[in-house]
Amino acid sequence: MSENTDSQGTLWEIFVQKKAGQPFVHCGSLHAFDKEMALQNARDLYTRRGEGTAIWAVPASAIVASSPEDMGPFFDTTNDKVYRHPTFYQIPEGIKYI
Amino acid sequence: METIDLEQHFDAKLAKNEMIEPKDWMPDNYRKHLIRQISQHAHSEIVGMLPEGNWITRAPSLRAKIVLLAKVQDEGGHGLYLYTAAETLQISREELLDQLHTGKAKYSSIFNYQTLTWADIGAVGWLVDGAAIMNQVMLQRTSYGPYARAMVRICKEESFHQRQGYEIMCHLAFGTPAQKEMAQDAMNRWWYPTLMMFGPKDANSSNSANAIKWKIKRESNDELRQRFVNQTVAQAEYLGIKIPDENLKWNETKKGYDFSDPDWAEFNNIIHGHGPCNKERIGARVKAHENGKWVREAAAAFGKKQNAIDVAA
Ligand SMILES: [Fe+2]
Ligand SMILES: [Fe+2]
Repeated sequence: MSENTDSQGTLWEIFVQKKAGQPFVHCGSLHAFDKEMALQNARDLYTRRGEGTAIWAVPASAIVASSPEDMGPFFDTTNDKVYRHPTFYQIPEGIKYI
Repeated sequence: METIDLEQHFDAKLAKNEMIEPKDWMPDNYRKHLIRQISQHAHSEIVGMLPEGNWITRAPSLRAKIVLLAKVQDEGGHGLYLYTAAETLQISREELLDQLHTGKAKYSSIFNYQTLTWADIGAVGWLVDGAAIMNQVMLQRTSYGPYARAMVRICKEESFHQRQGYEIMCHLAFGTPAQKEMAQDAMNRWWYPTLMMFGPKDANSSNSANAIKWKIKRESNDELRQRFVNQTVAQAEYLGIKIPDENLKWNETKKGYDFSDPDWAEFNNIIHGHGPCNKERIGARVKAHENGKWVREAAAAFGKKQNAIDVAA
């Protein structure tokens, strides 16, 4: 957990799951002093109209992010691998369910 | 990369209507402009809770009261979305609040007017939130990602605000003569302050050119103001309430209404701290902040303890 640099608590990133079975989607951030407060604040701030049925609160300091500068080279390796897509393969005319 | 390349890359992104994200390189003036605009917006949401909060305990029915509570709570939420958006630009929450409390940062001039009657709550929802929506719908496409995402969320919540205000106006406008008069009086007092919300005329707006160039704003103050007037006239006509402007007239050539300017001297006066409620509003914010100090300290101490338990477990 990152240190409290001011009197406003630490920053948390909030992910909300709309319905059971769906992915958790990032919806924004908030300040809180501990896990429980983060969840309660997230409920009050991001689910006032039934926007979700489950919440993840993650300390912002725990998130590792790629940087925009190395966006090109970092993702380059996948660009030439067209064979990872189903359209790369030819299936004879008339073959079904594949 | 050299600064010049970085700047070209930034300009190219804007040209392609791509969003700028917190980790992207951005010109320092772009960052400063955003901090000023987003924090001003956040402060407006928070200070905007005060004139309406004034009526929560005096709402005329339980229904009206829960609606107003929910609306004011939403505005608090809007302020929080926007503060965290501003914080992605390397400024802390504490600094942002400090700027509000010391008067270094501004908030919308509209919240320095008094809410004298229940009809004012109707007029605020209908006109003030209506004007805010006009601006915020445009800002959903602003060039800074976190700001745009906050706006999408806010816009979803705003339409209830405007509708509940118009509903109050309907009740009053079709009520007793005294109620109708109250509705008209609210319109008379809120019309011009609402027009001021879009900011100075384009010709006199020092920040506009950059905001448009950087695609922070995509429409000018005058364009938004014109659209607001065009949309509002028919809503007022339905209520049988008169917009207090002798010059309001349909102009076929521009397919819009001609209308009078608000009193820009009054606007400047309020911006510089001399409106009817400037002192009261900031005083209330500072008091709340100071009175909340022990709560923050207690929460911080408790949080520290909890986190230590988590680490040990
Ligand atoms: Fe709002
Ligand atoms: Fe609102």
